[in-house]
Amino acid sequence: MIEVEDIHKSFGDNHVLKGISTTFEKGKTNLIIGQSGSGKTVFLKCLLGLFEPEEGQICYNGQYYSELSTKERRNLRQEMGMVFQGSALFDSMTVEGNVMFPLDMFTKQSKAEMQDRVDFVLERVNLIDAHKKYPAEISGGMQKRVAIARAIVMNPKYLFCDEPNSGLDPKTAILIDNLIHEITQEYDITTIINTHDMNSVMEIGEKIIFLKNGYKEWEGTNKEIFKTENEAVTDFVYSSELFKKVRQMYIEERN
Amino acid sequence: MKYLEAIGKYFIMIWEVFKKPTKWPIMKSLILKEIDDLIYGAMGIIIFISFFIGGVVTIQTALNLNSPLLPKSLIGFATRQSVILEFAPTFTSIIMAGKVGSYITSSIGTMRVTEQIDALEVMGVNSLNYLVFPKIIATMMYPFAVAISMFVGILGGWIAAVFGGYAPSGEFIQGLQLDFDSFHVTYTFIKSVVFAFVIATVPSYHGFYMKGGALEVGKASTTAFVWTSVVIIIANYLLTQLLLG
Repeated sequence: MIEVEDIHKSFGDNHVLKGISTTFEKGKTNLIIGQSGSGKTVFLKCLLGLFEPEEGQICYNGQYYSELSTKERRNLRQEMGMVFQGSALFDSMTVEGNVMFPLDMFTKQSKAEMQDRVDFVLERVNLIDAHKKYPAEISGGMQKRVAIARAIVMNPKYLFCDEPNSGLDPKTAILIDNLIHEITQEYDITTIINTHDMNSVMEIGEKIIFLKNGYKEWEGTNKEIFKTENEAVTDFVYSSELFKKVRQMYIEERN
Repeated sequence: MKYLEAIGKYFIMIWEVFKKPTKWPIMKSLILKEIDDLIYGAMGIIIFISFFIGGVVTIQTALNLNSPLLPKSLIGFATRQSVILEFAPTFTSIIMAGKVGSYITSSIGTMRVTEQIDALEVMGVNSLNYLVFPKIIATMMYPFAVAISMFVGILGGWIAAVFGGYAPSGEFIQGLQLDFDSFHVTYTFIKSVVFAFVIATVPSYHGFYMKGGALEVGKASTTAFVWTSVVIIIANYLLTQLLLG
Protein backbone atom coordinates (compact mmCIF):
# COMPACT_ATOMS: atom_id res chain seq x y z
CA MET A 1 0.00 0.00 0.00
CA ILE A 2 1.18 3.53 -0.76
CA GLU A 3 -0.17 6.49 1.20
CA VAL A 4 0.37 9.98 -0.14
CA GLU A 5 -0.04 12.86 2.30
CA ASP A 6 -0.42 16.39 0.95
CA ILE A 7 2.53 16.44 -1.45
CA HIS A 8 3.71 19.60 -3.20
CA LYS A 9 6.26 19.79 -5.99
CA SER A 10 7.54 22.83 -7.87
CA PHE A 11 10.08 23.51 -10.60
CA GLY A 12 11.19 27.11 -10.15
CA ASP A 13 8.04 29.21 -10.19
CA ASN A 14 5.99 26.41 -11.67
CA HIS A 15 3.97 24.82 -8.84
CA VAL A 16 3.11 21.46 -10.42
CA LEU A 17 1.62 19.43 -7.54
CA LYS A 18 -0.48 21.43 -5.12
CA GLY A 19 -1.23 19.21 -2.16
CA ILE A 20 -2.24 15.73 -3.30
CA SER A 21 -3.37 13.13 -0.77
CA THR A 22 -4.56 9.64 -1.58
CA THR A 23 -4.07 5.93 -0.91
CA PHE A 24 -3.11 3.22 -3.40
CA GLU A 25 -4.18 -0.20 -2.18
CA LYS A 26 -2.39 -3.49 -2.57
CA GLY A 27 -3.68 -5.93 -5.18
CA LYS A 28 -5.57 -3.20 -6.99
CA THR A 29 -5.04 -1.46 -10.32
CA ASN A 30 -4.89 2.25 -9.54
CA LEU A 31 -5.14 4.73 -12.40
CA ILE A 32 -4.02 8.35 -12.54
CA ILE A 33 -5.79 10.30 -15.26
CA GLY A 34 -5.86 13.93 -16.31
CA GLN A 35 -5.10 16.25 -19.19
CA SER A 36 -1.56 16.82 -20.44
CA GLY A 37 0.19 19.18 -18.03
CA SER A 38 -2.03 18.24 -15.10
CA GLY A 39 0.94 16.84 -13.16
CA LYS A 40 0.47 13.09 -13.74
CA THR A 41 4.05 12.33 -14.76
CA VAL A 42 5.52 14.47 -11.96
CA PHE A 43 3.22 12.72 -9.48
CA LEU A 44 4.32 9.30 -10.78
CA LYS A 45 8.00 10.32 -10.60
CA CYS A 46 7.46 11.46 -6.99
CA LEU A 47 5.95 8.05 -6.20
CA LEU A 48 8.97 6.40 -7.84
CA GLY A 49 11.36 8.50 -5.79
CA LEU A 50 12.84 10.17 -8.87
CA PHE A 51 11.55 13.56 -7.64
CA GLU A 52 11.42 14.50 -3.98
CA PRO A 53 8.39 16.59 -2.94
CA GLU A 54 9.07 19.89 -1.13
CA GLU A 55 6.19 19.28 1.24
CA GLY A 56 4.18 16.24 2.26
CA GLN A 57 5.04 12.58 2.70
CA ILE A 58 4.87 9.35 0.76
CA CYS A 59 4.56 6.19 2.83
CA TYR A 60 5.34 2.74 1.40
CA ASN A 61 3.88 -0.04 3.57
CA GLY A 62 4.38 2.06 6.69
CA GLN A 63 7.82 3.42 5.74
CA TYR A 64 8.04 7.17 5.12
CA TYR A 65 10.33 7.74 2.12
CA SER A 66 11.78 10.95 3.55
CA GLU A 67 12.90 9.10 6.69
CA LEU A 68 14.73 6.32 4.82
CA SER A 69 18.52 6.19 4.58
CA THR A 70 20.20 6.06 1.15
CA LYS A 71 20.61 2.29 1.49
CA GLU A 72 16.99 1.80 2.54
CA ARG A 73 15.85 3.92 -0.41
CA ARG A 74 17.96 1.80 -2.73
CA ASN A 75 16.40 -1.36 -1.28
CA LEU A 76 12.94 0.16 -1.69
CA ARG A 77 13.72 0.94 -5.34
CA GLN A 78 14.44 -2.73 -5.87
CA GLU A 79 10.88 -3.48 -4.75
CA MET A 80 9.55 -1.27 -7.54
CA GLY A 81 8.97 -2.21 -11.15
CA MET A 82 8.40 0.39 -13.83
CA VAL A 83 6.97 0.17 -17.32
CA PHE A 84 7.91 3.32 -19.23
CA GLN A 85 5.85 4.96 -21.95
CA GLY A 86 8.39 4.09 -24.64
CA SER A 87 9.30 0.79 -22.91
CA ALA A 88 12.85 2.08 -22.20
CA LEU A 89 14.44 -1.25 -23.10
CA PHE A 90 18.23 -1.27 -23.33
CA ASP A 91 18.98 -1.21 -27.07
CA SER A 92 22.30 -2.99 -26.71
CA MET A 93 20.78 -6.02 -24.97
CA THR A 94 18.57 -8.82 -26.24
CA VAL A 95 15.07 -9.37 -24.83
CA GLU A 96 16.56 -11.98 -22.50
CA GLY A 97 19.38 -9.62 -21.48
CA ASN A 98 16.90 -6.85 -20.67
CA VAL A 99 14.80 -9.10 -18.44
CA MET A 100 17.84 -10.66 -16.80
CA PHE A 101 19.45 -7.28 -16.10
CA PRO A 102 17.87 -6.59 -12.65
CA LEU A 103 18.60 -10.18 -11.54
CA ASP A 104 22.18 -9.88 -12.71
CA MET A 105 22.59 -6.54 -10.95
CA PHE A 106 20.96 -7.21 -7.61
CA THR A 107 20.84 -10.93 -6.88
CA LYS A 108 23.41 -13.63 -6.30
CA GLN A 109 21.50 -16.23 -8.28
CA SER A 110 23.34 -18.67 -10.51
CA LYS A 111 23.11 -18.30 -14.27
CA ALA A 112 20.72 -21.29 -14.44
CA GLU A 113 18.43 -19.85 -11.75
CA MET A 114 18.34 -16.50 -13.52
CA GLN A 115 17.60 -18.20 -16.83
CA ASP A 116 14.71 -20.14 -15.28
CA ARG A 117 13.23 -16.95 -13.84
CA VAL A 118 13.61 -15.11 -17.17
CA ASP A 119 11.96 -17.97 -19.05
CA PHE A 120 9.13 -17.99 -16.51
CA VAL A 121 8.34 -14.27 -16.72
CA LEU A 122 8.67 -14.16 -20.50
CA GLU A 123 6.23 -17.05 -20.71
CA ARG A 124 3.94 -15.22 -18.27
CA VAL A 125 3.77 -12.22 -20.61
CA ASN A 126 3.23 -14.57 -23.57
CA LEU A 127 6.62 -14.06 -25.20
CA ILE A 128 8.04 -17.41 -26.14
CA ASP A 129 10.33 -17.06 -29.14
CA ALA A 130 11.79 -13.60 -28.67
CA HIS A 131 14.59 -14.36 -26.18
CA LYS A 132 17.48 -13.67 -28.54
CA LYS A 133 15.95 -10.75 -30.41
CA TYR A 134 16.93 -7.12 -29.88
CA PRO A 135 14.31 -4.48 -28.98
CA ALA A 136 14.56 -2.96 -32.46
CA GLU A 137 13.59 -6.32 -33.99
CA ILE A 138 10.25 -6.70 -32.17
CA SER A 139 6.91 -4.85 -32.36
CA GLY A 140 5.76 -2.11 -29.98
CA GLY A 141 3.34 -4.49 -28.25
CA MET A 142 6.10 -7.05 -27.74
CA GLN A 143 8.40 -4.32 -26.39
CA LYS A 144 5.74 -3.42 -23.83
CA ARG A 145 5.51 -7.07 -22.79
CA VAL A 146 9.28 -7.25 -22.39
CA ALA A 147 9.11 -4.07 -20.28
CA ILE A 148 6.42 -5.69 -18.10
CA ALA A 149 8.52 -8.87 -17.81
CA ARG A 150 11.55 -6.78 -16.75
CA ALA A 151 9.40 -4.89 -14.25
CA ILE A 152 8.08 -8.05 -12.56
CA VAL A 153 11.18 -10.24 -12.73
CA MET A 154 12.31 -9.17 -9.23
CA ASN A 155 8.85 -9.87 -7.72
CA PRO A 156 8.15 -6.20 -7.01
CA LYS A 157 5.71 -4.96 -4.39
CA TYR A 158 4.89 -1.91 -6.48
CA LEU A 159 4.36 -1.71 -10.23
CA PHE A 160 4.30 1.68 -11.96
CA CYS A 161 3.25 2.11 -15.58
CA ASP A 162 3.50 5.35 -17.53
CA GLU A 163 0.96 5.23 -20.36
CA PRO A 164 1.60 1.53 -21.00
CA ASN A 165 -0.64 1.32 -24.06
CA SER A 166 0.23 4.55 -25.84
CA GLY A 167 1.10 3.97 -29.49
CA LEU A 168 -0.48 0.52 -29.54
CA ASP A 169 -3.43 -0.64 -31.62
CA PRO A 170 -6.69 -1.03 -29.63
CA LYS A 171 -6.54 -4.84 -29.50
CA THR A 172 -2.95 -4.93 -28.24
CA ALA A 173 -3.73 -2.10 -25.81
CA ILE A 174 -6.50 -4.19 -24.24
CA LEU A 175 -4.18 -7.21 -24.06
CA ILE A 176 -1.55 -5.13 -22.24
CA ASP A 177 -4.18 -3.69 -19.86
CA ASN A 178 -5.50 -7.14 -19.05
CA LEU A 179 -2.00 -8.51 -18.57
CA ILE A 180 -1.12 -5.76 -16.05
CA HIS A 181 -4.44 -6.28 -14.26
CA GLU A 182 -3.95 -10.06 -14.06
CA ILE A 183 -0.37 -9.70 -12.80
CA THR A 184 -1.52 -7.18 -10.16
CA GLN A 185 -4.05 -9.64 -8.77
CA GLU A 186 -1.90 -12.73 -9.21
CA TYR A 187 1.12 -11.32 -7.34
CA ASP A 188 -0.83 -8.98 -5.04
CA ILE A 189 1.09 -5.91 -6.20
CA THR A 190 0.22 -2.25 -5.71
CA THR A 191 -0.09 -1.12 -9.32
CA ILE A 192 -0.28 2.52 -10.39
CA ILE A 193 -0.90 3.38 -14.03
CA ASN A 194 -0.63 6.81 -15.55
CA THR A 195 -2.96 6.84 -18.57
CA HIS A 196 -4.94 8.82 -21.11
CA ASP A 197 -6.72 5.75 -22.40
CA MET A 198 -10.41 5.72 -21.54
CA ASN A 199 -10.71 2.02 -22.37
CA SER A 200 -8.22 1.34 -19.57
CA VAL A 201 -10.26 3.55 -17.24
CA MET A 202 -13.44 1.62 -17.95
CA GLU A 203 -11.87 -1.84 -18.05
CA ILE A 204 -9.31 -2.04 -15.25
CA GLY A 205 -9.68 1.14 -13.15
CA GLU A 206 -10.33 -0.29 -9.70
CA LYS A 207 -9.33 3.08 -8.33
CA ILE A 208 -9.09 6.22 -10.42
CA ILE A 209 -7.56 9.56 -9.48
CA PHE A 210 -8.29 12.53 -11.69
CA LEU A 211 -5.71 15.33 -11.55
CA LYS A 212 -6.41 18.86 -12.76
CA ASN A 213 -3.89 21.72 -12.62
CA GLY A 214 -1.89 19.95 -9.92
CA TYR A 215 -4.87 19.23 -7.64
CA LYS A 216 -6.69 15.97 -7.07
CA GLU A 217 -10.05 16.85 -8.58
CA TRP A 218 -11.79 13.51 -8.10
CA GLU A 219 -11.24 9.90 -7.05
CA GLY A 220 -13.37 6.81 -7.32
CA THR A 221 -13.79 3.52 -9.18
CA ASN A 222 -14.66 2.72 -12.80
CA LYS A 223 -18.24 2.12 -11.66
CA GLU A 224 -18.44 5.47 -9.91
CA ILE A 225 -17.02 7.38 -12.86
CA PHE A 226 -20.26 6.66 -14.77
CA LYS A 227 -22.32 8.30 -12.06
CA THR A 228 -20.14 11.24 -11.15
CA GLU A 229 -21.54 14.72 -11.59
CA ASN A 230 -18.09 16.34 -11.41
CA GLU A 231 -18.03 18.47 -14.52
CA ALA A 232 -14.24 18.40 -14.97
CA VAL A 233 -14.21 14.59 -14.87
CA THR A 234 -17.15 14.16 -17.23
CA ASP A 235 -15.69 16.72 -19.65
CA PHE A 236 -12.41 14.81 -19.72
CA VAL A 237 -13.61 11.19 -19.64
CA TYR A 238 -16.64 11.65 -21.88
CA SER A 239 -15.09 14.02 -24.36
CA SER A 240 -15.86 11.73 -27.31
CA GLU A 241 -19.40 11.24 -28.65
CA LEU A 242 -19.09 7.49 -28.25
CA PHE A 243 -18.32 7.69 -24.55
CA LYS A 244 -21.11 10.25 -24.05
CA LYS A 245 -23.57 7.75 -25.58
CA VAL A 246 -22.17 4.89 -23.48
CA ARG A 247 -22.64 6.95 -20.35
CA GLN A 248 -26.17 7.94 -21.35
CA MET A 249 -27.07 4.31 -21.98
CA TYR A 250 -25.60 3.30 -18.64
CA ILE A 251 -27.60 5.94 -16.78
CA GLU A 252 -30.81 5.04 -18.65
CA GLU A 253 -30.25 1.35 -17.93
CA ARG A 254 -29.84 2.06 -14.22
CA ASN A 255 -32.99 4.20 -14.16
CA MET B 1 27.17 32.29 -13.99
CA LYS B 2 25.83 29.63 -16.38
CA TYR B 3 29.37 28.36 -17.02
CA LEU B 4 30.19 28.27 -13.31
CA GLU B 5 27.06 26.23 -12.68
CA ALA B 6 28.02 23.84 -15.49
CA ILE B 7 31.55 23.42 -14.10
CA GLY B 8 30.14 22.72 -10.63
CA LYS B 9 27.67 20.21 -12.06
CA TYR B 10 30.49 18.53 -13.99
CA PHE B 11 32.56 18.00 -10.83
CA ILE B 12 29.52 16.71 -8.92
CA MET B 13 29.00 14.27 -11.79
CA ILE B 14 32.62 13.07 -11.49
CA TRP B 15 32.09 12.52 -7.74
CA GLU B 16 28.88 10.53 -8.42
CA VAL B 17 30.66 8.37 -11.02
CA PHE B 18 32.89 6.90 -8.33
CA LYS B 19 30.12 6.30 -5.78
CA LYS B 20 28.13 3.07 -5.37
CA PRO B 21 30.03 0.88 -7.83
CA THR B 22 28.37 -1.66 -10.09
CA LYS B 23 29.05 -5.37 -9.46
CA TRP B 24 32.53 -6.27 -10.75
CA PRO B 25 31.55 -9.06 -13.21
CA ILE B 26 29.13 -6.66 -14.93
CA MET B 27 31.58 -3.76 -14.80
CA LYS B 28 34.35 -5.94 -16.26
CA SER B 29 32.28 -6.77 -19.33
CA LEU B 30 31.28 -3.11 -19.73
CA ILE B 31 34.93 -2.00 -19.56
CA LEU B 32 35.97 -4.58 -22.19
CA LYS B 33 33.13 -3.47 -24.45
CA GLU B 34 34.14 0.18 -24.08
CA ILE B 35 37.81 -0.61 -24.81
CA ASP B 36 36.62 -2.28 -27.99
CA ASP B 37 34.36 0.65 -28.95
CA LEU B 38 36.44 3.61 -27.83
CA ILE B 39 40.07 2.51 -28.29
CA TYR B 40 40.23 -0.47 -30.65
CA GLY B 41 37.47 1.04 -32.82
CA ALA B 42 39.42 4.30 -33.15
CA MET B 43 42.78 2.72 -34.02
CA GLY B 44 42.17 2.80 -37.78
CA ILE B 45 41.69 6.56 -37.92
CA ILE B 46 44.53 7.18 -35.44
CA ILE B 47 46.98 5.15 -37.55
CA PHE B 48 45.80 6.75 -40.79
CA ILE B 49 46.11 10.32 -39.48
CA SER B 50 49.41 9.74 -37.67
CA PHE B 51 51.05 8.22 -40.75
CA PHE B 52 50.21 11.15 -43.00
CA ILE B 53 50.86 13.82 -40.36
CA GLY B 54 54.33 12.35 -39.82
CA GLY B 55 54.91 12.45 -43.56
CA VAL B 56 53.73 16.04 -43.90
CA VAL B 57 55.86 17.23 -40.96
CA THR B 58 58.91 15.64 -42.58
CA ILE B 59 58.26 17.17 -46.00
CA GLN B 60 57.61 20.65 -44.58
CA THR B 61 60.69 20.52 -42.35
CA ALA B 62 62.82 19.37 -45.29
CA LEU B 63 61.50 22.11 -47.55
CA ASN B 64 62.33 24.77 -44.93
CA LEU B 65 65.89 23.57 -44.31
CA ASN B 66 67.42 25.21 -47.38
CA SER B 67 70.89 25.90 -46.05
CA PRO B 68 73.54 23.33 -47.09
CA LEU B 69 75.19 23.96 -43.69
CA LEU B 70 72.30 22.32 -41.88
CA PRO B 71 72.59 18.53 -41.64
CA LYS B 72 69.79 16.35 -43.05
CA SER B 73 69.56 14.63 -39.69
CA LEU B 74 67.67 17.70 -38.44
CA ILE B 75 64.69 16.51 -40.50
CA GLY B 76 64.51 13.35 -38.38
CA PHE B 77 65.07 15.38 -35.21
CA ALA B 78 62.25 17.85 -36.03
CA THR B 79 59.89 15.04 -37.02
CA ARG B 80 60.54 13.18 -33.76
CA GLN B 81 60.05 16.25 -31.60
CA SER B 82 56.89 17.39 -33.41
CA VAL B 83 55.29 13.96 -33.46
CA ILE B 84 56.16 12.96 -29.88
CA LEU B 85 55.50 16.31 -28.20
CA GLU B 86 52.41 17.56 -30.02
CA PHE B 87 51.02 15.67 -32.98
CA ALA B 88 50.62 12.25 -31.38
CA PRO B 89 49.02 13.37 -28.09
CA THR B 90 47.22 16.62 -28.94
CA PHE B 91 46.26 16.31 -32.59
CA THR B 92 45.08 12.73 -32.09
CA SER B 93 43.10 13.80 -29.02
CA ILE B 94 41.23 16.45 -30.99
CA ILE B 95 40.36 13.80 -33.57
CA MET B 96 39.29 11.47 -30.75
CA ALA B 97 37.14 14.25 -29.27
CA GLY B 98 35.26 14.27 -32.56
CA LYS B 99 35.03 10.54 -33.13
CA VAL B 100 34.80 9.07 -29.63
CA GLY B 101 33.36 12.15 -27.91
CA SER B 102 30.39 12.49 -30.23
CA TYR B 103 29.77 8.73 -29.95
CA ILE B 104 29.74 8.99 -26.14
CA THR B 105 27.40 12.01 -26.12
CA SER B 106 24.99 10.56 -28.64
CA SER B 107 24.85 7.11 -27.02
CA ILE B 108 24.24 8.50 -23.51
CA GLY B 109 21.96 11.25 -24.86
CA THR B 110 19.84 8.69 -26.71
CA MET B 111 19.55 6.69 -23.51
CA ARG B 112 18.36 9.87 -21.76
CA VAL B 113 15.79 10.65 -24.48
CA THR B 114 14.42 7.10 -24.54
CA GLU B 115 14.18 6.98 -20.72
CA GLN B 116 16.75 4.18 -20.45
CA ILE B 117 18.65 6.24 -17.84
CA ASP B 118 15.41 6.70 -15.87
CA ALA B 119 14.93 2.94 -16.07
CA LEU B 120 18.38 2.41 -14.52
CA GLU B 121 17.65 4.95 -11.76
CA VAL B 122 14.29 3.38 -10.95
CA MET B 123 15.97 -0.01 -10.56
CA GLY B 124 18.36 1.53 -8.03
CA VAL B 125 21.41 1.46 -10.32
CA ASN B 126 23.92 4.35 -10.05
CA SER B 127 23.51 5.27 -13.72
CA LEU B 128 26.57 7.54 -13.75
CA ASN B 129 28.78 4.75 -12.45
CA TYR B 130 27.22 2.24 -14.84
CA LEU B 131 27.56 4.47 -17.91
CA VAL B 132 30.57 6.73 -17.35
CA PHE B 133 32.98 4.74 -15.16
CA PRO B 134 33.67 2.04 -17.83
CA LYS B 135 34.36 4.80 -20.35
CA ILE B 136 36.89 6.46 -18.03
CA ILE B 137 38.69 3.16 -17.42
CA ALA B 138 38.61 2.25 -21.12
CA THR B 139 40.09 5.58 -22.16
CA MET B 140 42.96 5.02 -19.72
CA MET B 141 44.18 2.65 -22.47
CA TYR B 142 44.54 5.75 -24.64
CA PRO B 143 48.32 6.16 -23.94
CA PHE B 144 48.81 2.84 -25.79
CA ALA B 145 47.00 4.36 -28.77
CA VAL B 146 49.22 7.45 -28.49
CA ALA B 147 52.33 5.22 -28.40
CA ILE B 148 51.19 3.57 -31.63
CA SER B 149 50.45 7.02 -33.05
CA MET B 150 54.03 8.13 -32.22
CA PHE B 151 55.52 5.06 -33.88
CA VAL B 152 53.35 5.31 -37.00
CA GLY B 153 53.91 9.08 -37.24
CA ILE B 154 57.67 8.67 -37.21
CA LEU B 155 57.40 5.74 -39.64
CA GLY B 156 55.37 8.00 -41.95
CA GLY B 157 58.07 10.63 -41.65
CA TRP B 158 60.84 8.14 -42.44
CA ILE B 159 58.99 6.85 -45.52
CA ALA B 160 58.36 10.42 -46.73
CA ALA B 161 62.00 11.38 -46.14
CA VAL B 162 63.58 8.33 -47.73
CA PHE B 163 61.20 7.70 -50.63
CA GLY B 164 60.62 11.41 -51.25
CA GLY B 165 64.36 11.94 -51.53
CA TYR B 166 64.51 14.51 -48.73
CA ALA B 167 67.01 12.67 -46.51
CA PRO B 168 68.91 9.37 -46.58
CA SER B 169 67.63 6.74 -44.14
CA GLY B 170 70.84 6.74 -42.05
CA GLU B 171 70.80 10.50 -41.49
CA PHE B 172 67.07 10.54 -40.70
CA ILE B 173 67.52 7.79 -38.07
CA GLN B 174 70.55 9.60 -36.68
CA GLY B 175 68.33 12.68 -36.27
CA LEU B 176 65.69 10.59 -34.50
CA GLN B 177 68.31 9.61 -31.90
CA LEU B 178 69.80 13.09 -31.54
CA ASP B 179 69.52 14.61 -28.01
CA PHE B 180 66.73 12.23 -27.09
CA ASP B 181 65.15 13.11 -23.74
CA SER B 182 63.02 10.24 -22.42
CA PHE B 183 61.05 12.65 -20.23
CA HIS B 184 59.41 13.95 -23.39
CA VAL B 185 57.74 10.55 -23.79
CA THR B 186 56.70 10.61 -20.12
CA TYR B 187 55.31 14.12 -20.65
CA THR B 188 53.31 12.85 -23.64
CA PHE B 189 51.88 9.93 -21.68
CA ILE B 190 50.91 12.22 -18.77
CA LYS B 191 49.19 14.52 -21.24
CA SER B 192 47.40 11.67 -22.96
CA VAL B 193 46.03 10.33 -19.63
CA VAL B 194 44.62 13.79 -18.83
CA PHE B 195 43.19 14.15 -22.34
CA ALA B 196 41.68 10.66 -22.12
CA PHE B 197 39.88 11.64 -18.91
CA VAL B 198 38.56 14.77 -20.63
CA ILE B 199 37.47 12.77 -23.72
CA ALA B 200 35.53 10.34 -21.52
CA THR B 201 33.92 12.78 -19.09
CA VAL B 202 33.09 16.02 -20.95
CA PRO B 203 31.00 14.26 -23.66
CA SER B 204 29.40 12.06 -20.97
CA TYR B 205 28.37 15.22 -19.11
CA HIS B 206 26.76 16.68 -22.24
CA GLY B 207 24.94 13.43 -22.99
CA PHE B 208 23.82 12.71 -19.45
CA TYR B 209 22.35 16.12 -18.69
CA MET B 210 20.86 16.86 -22.10
CA LYS B 211 17.18 17.75 -22.36
CA GLY B 212 14.87 17.37 -25.33
CA GLY B 213 14.62 14.93 -28.22
CA ALA B 214 16.60 13.57 -31.15
CA LEU B 215 17.51 17.03 -32.49
CA GLU B 216 19.00 17.98 -29.12
CA VAL B 217 21.10 14.79 -29.13
CA GLY B 218 22.77 16.08 -32.31
CA LYS B 219 23.24 19.54 -30.81
CA ALA B 220 24.66 18.06 -27.60
CA SER B 221 27.19 16.04 -29.65
CA THR B 222 28.40 19.18 -31.41
CA THR B 223 28.60 21.13 -28.15
CA ALA B 224 30.46 18.25 -26.52
CA PHE B 225 33.05 18.23 -29.33
CA VAL B 226 33.61 21.99 -29.03
CA TRP B 227 34.00 21.91 -25.24
CA THR B 228 36.15 18.78 -25.24
CA SER B 229 38.50 20.45 -27.75
CA VAL B 230 38.59 23.67 -25.71
CA VAL B 231 39.40 21.80 -22.48
CA ILE B 232 42.08 19.71 -24.25
CA ILE B 233 43.77 22.83 -25.65
CA ILE B 234 43.72 24.63 -22.28
CA ALA B 235 44.94 21.50 -20.47
CA ASN B 236 47.69 21.13 -23.09
CA TYR B 237 48.93 24.64 -22.39
CA LEU B 238 48.81 24.23 -18.60
CA LEU B 239 50.52 20.81 -18.64
CA THR B 240 53.25 22.02 -20.99
CA GLN B 241 53.94 25.00 -18.74
CA LEU B 242 53.86 22.77 -15.67
CA LEU B 243 55.99 19.89 -16.97
CA LEU B 244 58.36 21.52 -19.47
CA GLY B 245 58.24 25.23 -18.64
